[in-house]
Amino acid sequence: MTVHTPIYLDYSATTPIDPRVAEKMIPYLTTHFGNPASRSHSFGWTAEKAVENAREEVAKLVNADPREIVWTSGATESNNLAIKGAANFYSGKGKHIITVQTEHKAVIDPVRDLERQGFEATFLAPEPNGLLDIEKFKAAIRPDTVLASVMLVNNEIGVIQDIETIGNICRENGIIFHVDAAQATGKVAIDLEKLPVDLMSFSAHKTYGPKGIGALYVRRKPRIRLEAQIHGGGQERGFRSGTLPTHQIVGMGEAFRIAREEMELENARIRRLRDKLLTGLQEIEEVYVNGDLKQRVPHNLNISFNYVEGESLIMAVKDIAVSSGSACTSASLEPSYVLRALGRSDELAHSSIRFSIGRFTTEEDIDYTVSLMKSKIGKLRELSPLWEMHQEGIDLNTVQWAAH
Amino acid sequence: MSASAIYMDNNGTTALDARVLEVMLPFLVEQHGNATSRHSFGRTARTAIDHAREQVANAVGAHPTQVVFTGSGTEADNMAITGIAAGAGVDAGQIACSVIEHPAVSRPVQALRLRGWKTASITVDGDGKISQDSLARALNTPTSLVSVMLANNETGVIQDVTAIAESAKRHGALIHTDAVQALGKIPVEFQELNVHAMSLSSHKVHGPQGVGALVLDKRVDIQPLIYGGGQEKGLRSGSENVAAIVGFGLACEIASRELEQRSKLMGELRGRLEQGLKSLGAVIFGSAAERLPNTSFFAFPDIEGETLVVALDRKGFAVASGSACSSDSTEPSHVLLAMGIEEDLARGAVRVSLGKDNTLEQIEAFLAALEGELLRLKRLTAIAV
Repeated sequence: MTVHTPIYLDYSATTPIDPRVAEKMIPYLTTHFGNPASRSHSFGWTAEKAVENAREEVAKLVNADPREIVWTSGATESNNLAIKGAANFYSGKGKHIITVQTEHKAVIDPVRDLERQGFEATFLAPEPNGLLDIEKFKAAIRPDTVLASVMLVNNEIGVIQDIETIGNICRENGIIFHVDAAQATGKVAIDLEKLPVDLMSFSAHKTYGPKGIGALYVRRKPRIRLEAQIHGGGQERGFRSGTLPTHQIVGMGEAFRIAREEMELENARIRRLRDKLLTGLQEIEEVYVNGDLKQRVPHNLNISFNYVEGESLIMAVKDIAVSSGSACTSASLEPSYVLRALGRSDELAHSSIRFSIGRFTTEEDIDYTVSLMKSKIGKLRELSPLWEMHQEGIDLNTVQWAAH
Repeated sequence: MSASAIYMDNNGTTALDARVLEVMLPFLVEQHGNATSRHSFGRTARTAIDHAREQVANAVGAHPTQVVFTGSGTEADNMAITGIAAGAGVDAGQIACSVIEHPAVSRPVQALRLRGWKTASITVDGDGKISQDSLARALNTPTSLVSVMLANNETGVIQDVTAIAESAKRHGALIHTDAVQALGKIPVEFQELNVHAMSLSSHKVHGPQGVGALVLDKRVDIQPLIYGGGQEKGLRSGSENVAAIVGFGLACEIASRELEQRSKLMGELRGRLEQGLKSLGAVIFGSAAERLPNTSFFAFPDIEGETLVVALDRKGFAVASGSACSSDSTEPSHVLLAMGIEEDLARGAVRVSLGKDNTLEQIEAFLAALEGELLRLKRLTAIAV
């Protein structure tokens, strides 16, 4: 089998639409084009039925009631709706929010917006392995803490937070608990009947569904209320107005159905590929895995290559499509704030690569990637004076650099 | 069944143009990159979005940098109202909108009122046109934003937004227009309309659902509605919906290119439709005003609109009773009540909104079916009495 380059290893940025998903979507782009809010004709009813079927599929993946699923345009909107919507609705109870420094920008930035409106926020630092110390979370709780937001799976390093324990602490303290699960669906089992989570954000395009559609889980028992962020025609029981994009919703439903049915087998296969990639890359000297390796989804491998300059590394590995830092912020040249929060130096953060493996990754893709990385890292280091010094046994931390 | 039914609810949503589907498909099957990724998959997506932005801008006489993609027309309206109000601050002046606005405008204004903003309503006359007196009165109070829709979704009545913008600007107010229903039916020119912000929606112009745009004068101080990864120059975060944006771009380009021919066709069909409606005794709302060429909003005294549209659906004609987006409610149309129409007559309202694919034969068939249903319903009413 031949390998087609560039090889896509950026499944955490976005996934291709599964062909089965695309097939389900097409009829709703052609024949069944109705507005699901149209109550007076069959075009509307057909669309509405499809929307409700999809809502059931999404609910099933996470063991929720379909009435707890609110459609949005994506996980970013879900996070905004959950955080701003809950904080504003319950602001009478208090104006303190707890979250983590390694959250996605779609959580951090709405919290920052709330800070400008008079809320206070604690951004907890994770441990060097990316996981949250539960004791530190407990210590951050104040009498006026109204909301906590902790992601289930980190987008850059793939570590899985102990949502159940954190959720229980929130329950005991009467704190609304939101979880960004955009990177988790189809990768870890989620049972919202058991998990003490009040609000959970989902995305379709990270789980082989289309872009432009997501959902927010809003618990019914005990009932969680939100201040709507988009007002209008009153769709989604007033939580979120705007014409529902039927084809995208149908796609998300099918994508989540496939995830539910195939997750177990798929994760085993992906884990084998990831371990193979890890073993291969660890044959290179001076590489550092970012984030805990055990409490982590099998799809993600984030590695820093020491003594290599970040930008030239990305230029050198054009045959593989990967991320350096989160795709959503990689327009900036700042080192990844997630890796910085783990205590990585600027240099190691800059020279990191996130490999994310998915449904269509093959064994050959991994073999090719390992040999490409070995050869490119070798070449880049040949050109690096720092590598040369390291080889000569000089501790770079003791070097006095001249200003220039 | 929908497949064989005749669709006459184009102000609710439109069928996706086959040419639009064709350009979308590659982005649903093989070109799957995230537009913010820096590798070739991402760059392909970015290039496609840039092209679509130009297409949308060209179709409405704007500069590509003025186009901000959103998840819907509703979101664009919310962003304009809430974002501009937040940018100006609660003490800067009131927020004024007309009484016939779509809920996507009136509801965010209402939400601002609950949060302490001063708001004002601008009334309309019996034809559904903005009352100049009411506008002048509103502007006598310090106003930071005025929002008046270009064309009404129910009656199709077109407002003189350029003149309204002129008045608003004279009073130092910013002006937003919801052009969702106007696009593809009449010329929509951002510069000529002289507004600061204008909302558009893709699925009303034979583009896909799930994407809209806010066309925005960049000097306006506006707060985002959705924060995060910083897409759309920080104004609207969230991974771009590449396929839908690409589809929206082409739908706008085609709508602009085929505007003259479409509006001529729809105007002729509507002319024949209304001739028939009048001979059957219909009252046509807003007909004295300038209207979109495709929209006819009418009622037959003593016939319930809801009953009539369900009967027509059974005969294979898809039309609407109120506005599709809020058909959940059984209240009579707020637009008609604002025009001073009696509540009983307003309850009879039926909206036919034609599209580029309707034909004269369909209009004749519709009128024939309507006549039959009217007779049947009148007989039933007579028995019930």
